[in-house]
Amino acid sequence: MNDQRHWLYRPENIRKLWRWGFGILAASVLAQLVFAVHGHFGMDDWFGFNAVYGFLACTGMVLFAKLLGVLVKRDDTYYQDASDKSGGEQ
Amino acid sequence: MSGFAFPPGLILLFGGLLLPFFGATGRRVIVLGLPLVTLWAVWSVPDGPALTARLLEYDIVLVEGDRLSRLFGTIFAIMAAAGGLFALGNARTIELCAAMVYAGASIGVIFAGDLITLFVFWELMAVGSTLVLWSAGTITAYRASMRYLAIHLLGGVVLMAGIAAWAASTGEIEFGRMTEALSGGGLKAAGAWMILAGFVLNAGAPPLSAWLPDAYPEASPSGMVTLSAFTTKTAVYVLIVGFAGTELLIWVGLYMIFYGIVYALLENDMRRILAYSIVNQVGFMVTGIGIGTAMALNGSAAHAFTHIIYKALLLMSAGAVLHMTGRRKCSDLGGLIQTMPLTATCGIIGALSISSFPLTSGFISKSMIAQGALDQHLAFVWFALAAASAGVFLHAGIKFPWFVFFQKDSGLRPPEPPMGMRVAMVIFAALCIILGVAPGMLYEILPAPVDYVPYTGEHVVAQLQLLLFSGLAFFALLPLMKRTLTISLDWDWFYRRLGPILASAVGNVILSADRTFRAAFLALLRRGLDEVKTYSGPDSVAARSWTTAAMVLCAVIALGLYLILLYA
Repeated sequence: MNDQRHWLYRPENIRKLWRWGFGILAASVLAQLVFAVHGHFGMDDWFGFNAVYGFLACTGMVLFAKLLGVLVKRDDTYYQDASDKSGGEQ
Repeated sequence: MSGFAFPPGLILLFGGLLLPFFGATGRRVIVLGLPLVTLWAVWSVPDGPALTARLLEYDIVLVEGDRLSRLFGTIFAIMAAAGGLFALGNARTIELCAAMVYAGASIGVIFAGDLITLFVFWELMAVGSTLVLWSAGTITAYRASMRYLAIHLLGGVVLMAGIAAWAASTGEIEFGRMTEALSGGGLKAAGAWMILAGFVLNAGAPPLSAWLPDAYPEASPSGMVTLSAFTTKTAVYVLIVGFAGTELLIWVGLYMIFYGIVYALLENDMRRILAYSIVNQVGFMVTGIGIGTAMALNGSAAHAFTHIIYKALLLMSAGAVLHMTGRRKCSDLGGLIQTMPLTATCGIIGALSISSFPLTSGFISKSMIAQGALDQHLAFVWFALAAASAGVFLHAGIKFPWFVFFQKDSGLRPPEPPMGMRVAMVIFAALCIILGVAPGMLYEILPAPVDYVPYTGEHVVAQLQLLLFSGLAFFALLPLMKRTLTISLDWDWFYRRLGPILASAVGNVILSADRTFRAAFLALLRRGLDEVKTYSGPDSVAARSWTTAAMVLCAVIALGLYLILLYA
């Protein structure tokens, strides 16, 4: 059955994809050696700033979402229960 | 007065009303042909007022053109055609009718030269969009459409009150820049603030932003494609005209941007993810309007244009998945690339565009808004927008395609959607790439002359780094983003839960007070009746029969008293 799998779901290809992924990441940073990237406000004027900023900003947002989730996440039938109890329009 | 033009919005509006009277072929011709006629009408609108009338003591300007209105009119007409193509053969006739009326009303707003015309089309939009929602035919869609309508009618009332205050204080109803009036005082400022409130409500601004992710995902697969385009972007248009440079809008926009990202990250339903990302993207536009320079406003207008295309494309892709599988939750989906490669490819192109990848449409529009912040040296806004760009890739750019088309194999093997859906997706995917590769086409029709080059080595490298490393963050943090069968509470909790709880609490207080009062009143009444019974009842003194002797005695006493009184 493994041979019938879509190529994206074969383990050896997944490893290959990861390698390519890291290659592209490295290339995007090294490209800065060819195309100079200047910061606009001083504090962002260092090598690889955008890479680090992108990674940290996303990490921050995911963690914030996770924390907020503790407060606001409810079962996905939360409102359905309410409208069923009140009889609804049905 | 600089010429005549037929109101472009009325073409689709009347077309939609006549649609049910035609057969299948006629409908196809109308749904696909009338948007093209509208496109022609949009471009035949000259600059300045083009159709006026007199109503009571006001000059009504039914059609007034400029570069901005033609830009929005163009994309609305294109969207009506593509949305129609996607819906044909799959959607109910009532949805096709409602979608055309809705699109026509939106174009009516775009070309309205005065506040009364604007208001009339604004309300028609609310009716049309509610019907689009409603025609999904499910009980959840019906309930959502009623909540949606309630919020929009509330917005309409605030807008109407604002227009009335504005007309009363200024004596005119021309729709133009109102930014300066906000900082004034009196009735004029109150009017401007209420008009602003009415406008931003439709943009999905806080605190009433929940109407959008609450309602849109309940529409039919094609219904949500249509809904995503018009209401919020009409709001962007009227904000550009009326309130450019209002600083408050920068903060409103930034809130919308991050609200959209965070809520989309928490969400499990693929179409709700995309709904939150509408708020997120409109947030970019609202921020640009708040910055208010020619660069930023061009950016907002351009972003509205490109956003309509890639968001519709994303929703077409999601709609195709929903149409073929009947499933919306990420936790039920996955691995669909195996049998829906075209839908997946189109979805990925939409996802890359929304993330502003170089060579896609989002790259050439969103970066103009950021440039606007940079030109004004708004460091905080610039960094926030950069973080948000990374966040867009995170919540929509990767999350949507990953959980739907890749991740675990759900075992679902749906075929590609019907031809109409496929063609609509391919056309919009092509537009995303064409606009990204050749931005000059769009830049030429923007409201102000464009002095901006998106493709510099520096900009491309910086953007790629930002996006690719946010992609890395996504995969690194994947365990934290495990899909759960949950929804996230939003401000709508206040009117969907707290409101009913408070209403029933107040109702209970009134009920028990009423019950106590009635009981006390009845007790009082009963006591009174008992008294009456004691003195006048059948067994009381007054009801007893008297003997003749007693009667004579009483008469003698009475006469005696009379004598005494006479001589006293």
